[in-house]
Amino acid sequence: VKSICVAGAGVIGSLFAAHLARVAEVSALTRREEHARALREQGLRVSGRAEFDVHLAASTAPSELPEPELVIVACKAGDLDDVAARLEGHWPDAIVMPVQNGIGADEIVARHGDWRLLVSVTFMSGTRHEDTHVQYVLDTATWIGPGRGTTPADAQAVAELIASSGLKAEAFDDLRPAQWSKLIFNATVNTVAALTGLPHDPHFAALGRPDDLGHLVQGLMDEGKAVARAAGVELWEDPWEMNVLATQRGSAHYPSMLEDVEARRPTEIDMITGSLVREAHRLGVPVPLHETMERLIKAKEDTYR
Amino acid sequence: MRICVVGCGAVGSLFAANLATLDDVEVWAYDASHEHVEAINSDGLRLTGAGDVTGRLRATADPTELPSCDFGIVATKAMHTASAIAATAHAFADGCVATVQNGIGNEEVLAGHVERVIRGTTFPAGKLVAPGVVQWDVKGDTTLGPFEAQPAPFAEVERLADACTRGGMPTAAVRDARGPQWRKVIFNAATNPLGALTGLTHGRVCEQPALRRLASQLVDEGKAVADAQGIVLDSDPEELIDYAARPDVAYEHKASMLQDVEARRQTEVDYLNGGIAEFGQRFGVPTPTHMSIWALVKGVEASWQQ
Repeated sequence: VKSICVAGAGVIGSLFAAHLARVAEVSALTRREEHARALREQGLRVSGRAEFDVHLAASTAPSELPEPELVIVACKAGDLDDVAARLEGHWPDAIVMPVQNGIGADEIVARHGDWRLLVSVTFMSGTRHEDTHVQYVLDTATWIGPGRGTTPADAQAVAELIASSGLKAEAFDDLRPAQWSKLIFNATVNTVAALTGLPHDPHFAALGRPDDLGHLVQGLMDEGKAVARAAGVELWEDPWEMNVLATQRGSAHYPSMLEDVEARRPTEIDMITGSLVREAHRLGVPVPLHETMERLIKAKEDTYR
Repeated sequence: MRICVVGCGAVGSLFAANLATLDDVEVWAYDASHEHVEAINSDGLRLTGAGDVTGRLRATADPTELPSCDFGIVATKAMHTASAIAATAHAFADGCVATVQNGIGNEEVLAGHVERVIRGTTFPAGKLVAPGVVQWDVKGDTTLGPFEAQPAPFAEVERLADACTRGGMPTAAVRDARGPQWRKVIFNAATNPLGALTGLTHGRVCEQPALRRLASQLVDEGKAVADAQGIVLDSDPEELIDYAARPDVAYEHKASMLQDVEARRQTEVDYLNGGIAEFGQRFGVPTPTHMSIWALVKGVEASWQQ
């Protein structure tokens, strides 16, 4: 793969675009015209774990960008349908890889074209300072697996390309076990954090008293595991063990949904808990606790709409 | 007749100020807030809003000042019951003590300190807006009945109910007061935490179909726990939820638990959802939604320690 388009240049998209621009021809598809102009004129600056500047093509219209072999769709989950719609009719030979949280992003993209698809989960994180400056914070990996029309070898090739650019990436023959582990973990930790105001700290693993949060966390994870089982997925890691380990690290992580509600922004509830609940309904698995969390988060969003 | 209100917050003040308008009742108020006590003693206890009343009464933060009383009306937050009654029990050695607090389990605590206990449930609500001044948001009825394990004589229950009613707080004396109490506990546990977790007033909680369904789920679990104890609810908490959501009732009312969360004060969730969950466990009735809500609100409280 020698040419890449990154659609959506937020934190994750900017990190991909900047790093990959060092090893391939990269363009950025943005939503705002002034963002595209700033990128064309000033390039993109990375600070934090790596410090460098790159130049890249940028536009709000796919037709103005060189035809890529790989499209990384890195917009917010809520914008995915719109971004995929803008790609409709373009670049039929490209492989498209959405990197949104949750499951089902590939299905949303698939509705807009016959592209070959890769599926992925990313754990890296950063902070956006300006349209043209992103700070690389957590250098955790992006996991990639085959989707519609692609093979494990395609996933491997993209993972190697990303790794050669300075980011961490790993290919899986089947991503679903890892994707589901992360989904169950995320749907639980994000919603509990957003409703209580607690960062992901030892409260999440406490089971000593009947009102300790660990029981709720366990209940949510058990529901998620039942959905995964019904979907025929054997989990990569046990979400409860991921939870216990993460809360023992010492420095408590602020889940993105907690940051979103504190900043009174829309959350990714539809993509995270929503995708789990939709799968549960499709498979006929009861998930009353996740439904409760989803209702409460949506109501909380409504208070600042 | 001498009555002491123990815990003169919003609800306690509604009783104290209204009772103080009666010529045949001498009202005392015991409250831990010195500012509030001083304001009441110098300017009276003033209610505004649903009713404008200024009651002249004796307030104190020093329990040893309390004379012997015929009745106590305990209106503290549920987590303060034990310390409040331990400090004031001497005043009720020959009297009867009623609770008008939220939640389940207050009567049992009172019974550990005084002989004759009255189970009570009250619906009026308000908030303390300044020392000595309470905004009366919602009018409503009160029900009193003998506490089964350590009952006050029914004639005494009737005497207290009559005084409250004459004072402007309509109150019924009933033989079994568990039905109204569980109806209110279920109502509170089904709605207060939803407001506290989302920031919404009662009316806005009820407008959202998804949240309204969640409230019904909490009601159903609560009803099953009441059923298992042979308690007959005096009416359906669902009706109360919809009634309270009316613009002329409590649409704009922020539930006390939301007020607590906004002020970062410990909430009464242990006595509401926690109480239902504990009774559920005792009687073998699963209450997964109450358990979850209980844990979330405790999590909110824990987040203030960060």
